[in-house]
Amino acid sequence: MQAARAVGLGVRVASRNYPAIARNGLIQRSALSSRGAVRTVTLKPVSPATASDVLNSQRIKRPSSPHFTIYQPQITWIGSIANRATGGALSGLLYAFSIAYLAGPVVGIPVDSAHIVDLVHSLPEWAKVSGKTLLAAPFAYHAWNGVRHLAWDSVKFMTVKQVTRTGYAVLVASAFSTVYLVMM
Amino acid sequence: MSITDLAARSLIRSQAWRSVSSSAPSKYAQASKDQSSAPPAGKEPLMKTFKIYRWNPDEPSKKPYLQSYSVDLNQCGPMILDAIIKIKNEMDPTLTFRRSCREGICGSCAMNIDGQNTLACLCRIDRAGGKETKLYPLPHMYIVKDLVPDMTQFYKQYKSIEPWLQADPPADGKEHRQSIDDRAKLDGMYECILCACCSTSCPSYWWNQDRYLGPASLMAAYRWMADSRDKAGFARKEKMQNELSMYRCHTIFNCSRTCPKGLNPGKAIAQMKYEMATES
Repeated sequence: MQAARAVGLGVRVASRNYPAIARNGLIQRSALSSRGAVRTVTLKPVSPATASDVLNSQRIKRPSSPHFTIYQPQITWIGSIANRATGGALSGLLYAFSIAYLAGPVVGIPVDSAHIVDLVHSLPEWAKVSGKTLLAAPFAYHAWNGVRHLAWDSVKFMTVKQVTRTGYAVLVASAFSTVYLVMM
Repeated sequence: MSITDLAARSLIRSQAWRSVSSSAPSKYAQASKDQSSAPPAGKEPLMKTFKIYRWNPDEPSKKPYLQSYSVDLNQCGPMILDAIIKIKNEMDPTLTFRRSCREGICGSCAMNIDGQNTLACLCRIDRAGGKETKLYPLPHMYIVKDLVPDMTQFYKQYKSIEPWLQADPPADGKEHRQSIDDRAKLDGMYECILCACCSTSCPSYWWNQDRYLGPASLMAAYRWMADSRDKAGFARKEKMQNELSMYRCHTIFNCSRTCPKGLNPGKAIAQMKYEMATES
């Protein structure tokens, strides 16, 4: 009984504890009916088409289980999302700058090196440091993680332990590189 | 059988009837209450809250919600599966989940436990004081009921990679032979139990479930490509030559991290990509 309780079978075992004579099927059934526990089942034949309609109407309402909101944050997938976000941001910036560089003279806004150097020169110190950090951090992370991807493409560092370690190594390397780039 | 025998039997039956129908129910109710609430000798109750995802197809408009159950860990087995079986047996028979072998070989009880996909039967209950445990179904799957996801698509994908040996019978009429080294190449892949923990932990699979095969099916595909006896390797690889079937894998590695059998689908997919890129 102790063991049965431990695996959560307590009630089921207990409810089998009828006196020996009550195991007679007829008595059990009448005992159940006296408590109104007999359930009657009526089968309603339906055509296959109706059955699939019923199934489809049920399926159309079923929910999709929650995913990234409940999944434990891990260096694996958070690192991957960061790689994609930094890559997207850096490409976006490159496109925006290139288009501005081309379109600037046409619309009359000067976007050449001399003007940008002047603009940055006129900014306060805190704006320079935070601006450079904002540019350097995604670049450093994306570059180091790119090296990791190259290693993976030649089937290196493919155990869970190695993936976790290289994931954190990329974070540390990015932090140092960011500081170096900002101080440049 | 004589008349007196029959009379005696009916008397016994009617007595049994009375004992079952009148006094017995309350007695049994009492007994079961003692069963579930009395702690084993010398152990204080250690209550833990389980928050479990609920959704009932009979009330489809009611949004999915988390239901809390409090379980005394000193009257419960050590694994998450023990706890939910106990909850189903003693507190709420409507709680629905899949389970079968309770020893990590059938893959039925795969679910998301405290944010990570694993098998409920292999996952120990965290006994640290005051911490609650959240149980969700496998992520980004259609829900049949409560913790039961619809696996139709997953099984179809597995079927699509043709997971069987494709080779002509050997000319000598004997079995396919394989060297010990070639056989060893399949270790770490053939053990997959198709619990879907890996595929449903993969963000790529979340967003592209309709066309990306997912780590479980892809590792199964590579298992047959790596088999020295199989002769359909080229055709198997050709089927992967498109944008989504395999190349949606971005080496995120949630799959290998979460595999309850300790397998490495991420590596199998990387090897497949490598072979496809280097072999002409």
